[in-house]
Parts: sequence; structure tokens; C-alpha cells
Amino acid sequence: MKYAILVYETPAEFAEREDPATAGAYWGAYTAYNTALAQASAVTGGAGLTPPHAATTVRIRNGKRAVADGPYSDTKEQLGGFFLITAESLDAALDWAAKCPAAMRGAVEVRPVLEM
Amino acid sequence: MTNEAAQAAERAARESYGRLVAFLAARTRDLAAAEDALADAFASALRVWPQTGAPDNPAAWLYAVAQRRLIDQARRARTADAYATERAALSSDIEENALAIPDRRLGLMFACAHPAIDAAARTPLMLQTVLGVPADRIAAAFLVEPAAMGQRLVRAKRKIKEAGIPFEIPGPDEWDERLGAVLDAIYAAYADGWIDAADADADRVELVSEALWLSEILTALAAHHPEVLGLRALLLHLHARRAARRDANGDYVPLDAQDTSLWDVDAIRDAERLLFQAGRLGRLGRFQLEAAIQSAHASRAFGRRVDWAAIVQLYEGLVTITGGSPVVALNRVAALAHRDGPAAALPALEPLAEFLQGYQPYWALRARLLEEVGDAEGARAAYAEAIARAPNEAAKTFLRKRAARFSANVERDEPGAS
Repeated sequence: MKYAILVYETPAEFAEREDPATAGAYWGAYTAYNTALAQASAVTGGAGLTPPHAATTVRIRNGKRAVADGPYSDTKEQLGGFFLITAESLDAALDWAAKCPAAMRGAVEVRPVLEM
Repeated sequence: MTNEAAQAAERAARESYGRLVAFLAARTRDLAAAEDALADAFASALRVWPQTGAPDNPAAWLYAVAQRRLIDQARRARTADAYATERAALSSDIEENALAIPDRRLGLMFACAHPAIDAAARTPLMLQTVLGVPADRIAAAFLVEPAAMGQRLVRAKRKIKEAGIPFEIPGPDEWDERLGAVLDAIYAAYADGWIDAADADADRVELVSEALWLSEILTALAAHHPEVLGLRALLLHLHARRAARRDANGDYVPLDAQDTSLWDVDAIRDAERLLFQAGRLGRLGRFQLEAAIQSAHASRAFGRRVDWAAIVQLYEGLVTITGGSPVVALNRVAALAHRDGPAAALPALEPLAEFLQGYQPYWALRARLLEEVGDAEGARAAYAEAIARAPNEAAKTFLRKRAARFSANVERDEPGAS
């Protein structure tokens, strides 16, 4: 089955990306995670995302385009990236999600991909 | 329809339902389709068996018919390629398993209690898919509207299918937690978490045998796990006393006043044997402690006095294991009162007040302890709260009788009372 792994990170984690004292460990953890996925031939796609301040949200209401600064939702944890994986079952997908570095401080959502 | 055919169908339904559903749904994770196909197969059985006689292996017959129904559905629903794959897989299933349906029920129970399933749906789902209990009966037992319960079940089965929840026994890392969820779900079929199981409401009696049945299946499939044995021992102890809970008038009889000759001693002995087996496996847990407490209460059946000191200690273990559950702490205070007297127990009751304001047994215990230490006003107020929150007429009657006796005493003692 195909699953999306949606990575939600805390503000502290986003900050770690840029801070020279913590960046090495941060990116090292994600490199290791990516490598593990690749070695298991589990990953079919995905991308890291820039932090939420770089986000812009678009809605069309009553024929008018409304563009707003910032991400869709106002929560503490924000979408930081996603992976598209293949796994036997939800439990296998959950095992991968649990290995994602964000699981320790933020949250990782697992959702099946629509079969088109 | 001949009686013999009807009986064979009924027996096959009772004994094989869960096994058939689990095996039919295991690969596709589509419980709804499996249940529908099986319902069609049962309908066929009730039409055909009166004419041909009941088959030697009713379960295999039902399985073959249900499988063919699923193949038909696959053909209609999918493209030619998908159908061919499906058909090949299903056909080989039938050939391999012509005689004995493999038992995938343990995996099904783990799927029903999976953390990704809404907690309120786990017990209902298990009852419906493993035992074939009709949805409206489940709804009535849990005091939920049938439509709402139906929705809950539909959503849970959809989640299993869409999210790909497997019918699998979890790995060692998740085992304790996942097994705990299965045990909790079975226990919930016997008694709602917030109701003292020894005070079983009349409506709950409907699901008692179902809870016992689920626990029996689980014990047969996972007997090497001490908590599985512990749960079964607990349920057997609670069930052993069912005839003694109400007196001839239908009034409530508390545990320490029950007529032990009405207790099912065979069930108690079975429970003791299971608890002993569990103990030998050397990993204590919540259900073993609960069963041990019931075992201590059951010693009256064998002419021995209840060892309240042991019960207090067991509750202390249970408080620790449950991370400080206020309900467990309350039961410990009740035992403390038996061991050390009401005056010693009352101070232990105070810290629980803020958690148990809405919990009827808290007020019932408070009333009894205050009465026993002679606090008239306090006891009267507590009895009023306990009666107001009592779950049924029998409990109300019992409390009113106690309160009336107590009030009469107070009136006799007060100077100037008429």
C-alpha cells in the first residue's frame, strides 16, 4: 500500500535547521532516515519544505482570489516535509513514521495515498 | 425447513462465525464485504441444507460459498487484470483450506483493538466481527442509539480497509500495549470502565456471556500470556457470583453479604487454576491483580475468612500499575476500612474527592464510612448523593434502606425527638 508520511515539526526543530551549533545533527538525522528508507526500497517520493514563514495560502471565494501570508493552519507544529512510501500495512508504515526524527518532538501523520 | 438443518446452521453460526469472518477478510482487510458474503452463505445454507441435509463440514461449505460471492464481487468491481489476480488468490485459498479454516481470529482481535481505531468502536467491533453479535444488541448494551452504533462500526471497518490495518499479532515492542488494548476491549464488554464490576447493572448482563466467550477464544489462542489468563480468571470470578447479586425480591446484595451457596464453585475453581498458571509465567499485570483480589473475596466459598490485609496490598499494587487510578484507589479505601476500621479509612478518602465527584460508588462508600464513625449529617448528605446517582432501582432501594435505618437511629438518639 502507498502511504504519505507527513512530518510536523516544532518551532525549535525549524530553528535547529539554521543554527550552526545544531544544524549538523538535525540534517544528519534526516539523511540517515532517508538512507534507511532508500535501502529498504520503501520510498517513492517526497520533499523537505521550507519553514512556515515562507508559506502563502490561496483561497477563491465568491470569484475573488484571496492570498494570505503564512501557512494554512495556526498550530504550534507545522508541516516541515513529506515522504511517499510503500508498505505492507499500516503497522509497517507506522514503524517508518516512528523512525522519522520529528516523531520525537513534533508529530508524524500517516495517511494512505488515494489509488487513482 | 427441517429442524436438523436449522440446528446445524445455527451451530455453525455460533462456532464458526468469527473464524470465517477473520479468514475471509484477512487478505483484503475488508470486513464489511466478508460479513456480507458470509450472510449470503448462511442464507443459502438455510435454503439448501433442508433439501440436501447438513454437510459433514458446515464451516468449509459456508466458506466456499462466501468465497465465491467475494470472487463475483471482485469481478464486478474491478478491471480484468485485478479480477484475474483476485480470482487466482481466492481459488488457491479454497483449495488449500478445503477442510480446516485457519484461525485468524487473534489477528482480527488485534486489528479491532488497534490504536488507529476509535476507542469507542473497539469493543463493538470485536463483538460484531468475532462473535456475530447483531449491531442493535450491541447498541442497547452500551446505551447508544442503534444508528449511532451502526455508524461507529461502519467507520471502524472503513478505517481498517482504507488505512490497511493488518490482522496481525504485533511485534515484541508493541506487544504489551496492543495486548492491553485487546484485554481492555474484552473487559469493557463485561463492565463499563467506571462501573464497579461487582455491581453489574441488569442491562449489562446481556453481554456477559459474550465477554466470557471472547476471553475464552483469546485464552485458547494466547494461553502463554499471563494477562490473558488473568483476564479470564477475573471474568470467571465475577461471573461465578451472578446468582447471588440480587435477593429473592430483586434487591441488591453487597459482596460481603452474599450467600456463598449461590456462587458457582466450579467457575471459581477454574479461575483459581488459571490464576495459578498465570502466576507461574512470572509477569504480574493489572488483570492478574484484579483476579487475585476477586480470589481473596471468593475464599468465603471455601469456608475461609476474607484476608483484608492481602486485599489492601493487592489494591496497592493495582494503584501503582494503573498509574494511580482514582477508582482503584477508592476500592483500596473500602478494603482499608475492613482491615483498619472506618476511622482509619476516612482520611484516605479525602484526596479522592476531587476526582470522583460524579462517581456513585465514591458517595456510597463515603456514606457508609461516615455512618460507621457516627457523623450523622455527613452520612445523610452522602447517602443523598449516592441515591441520586444510583444506576438502577435495586441500588437505590438498597441505599434508601440503609439510609432509613441510619436516620431512624439518629432520631432515637437526638434529645426531644418524637
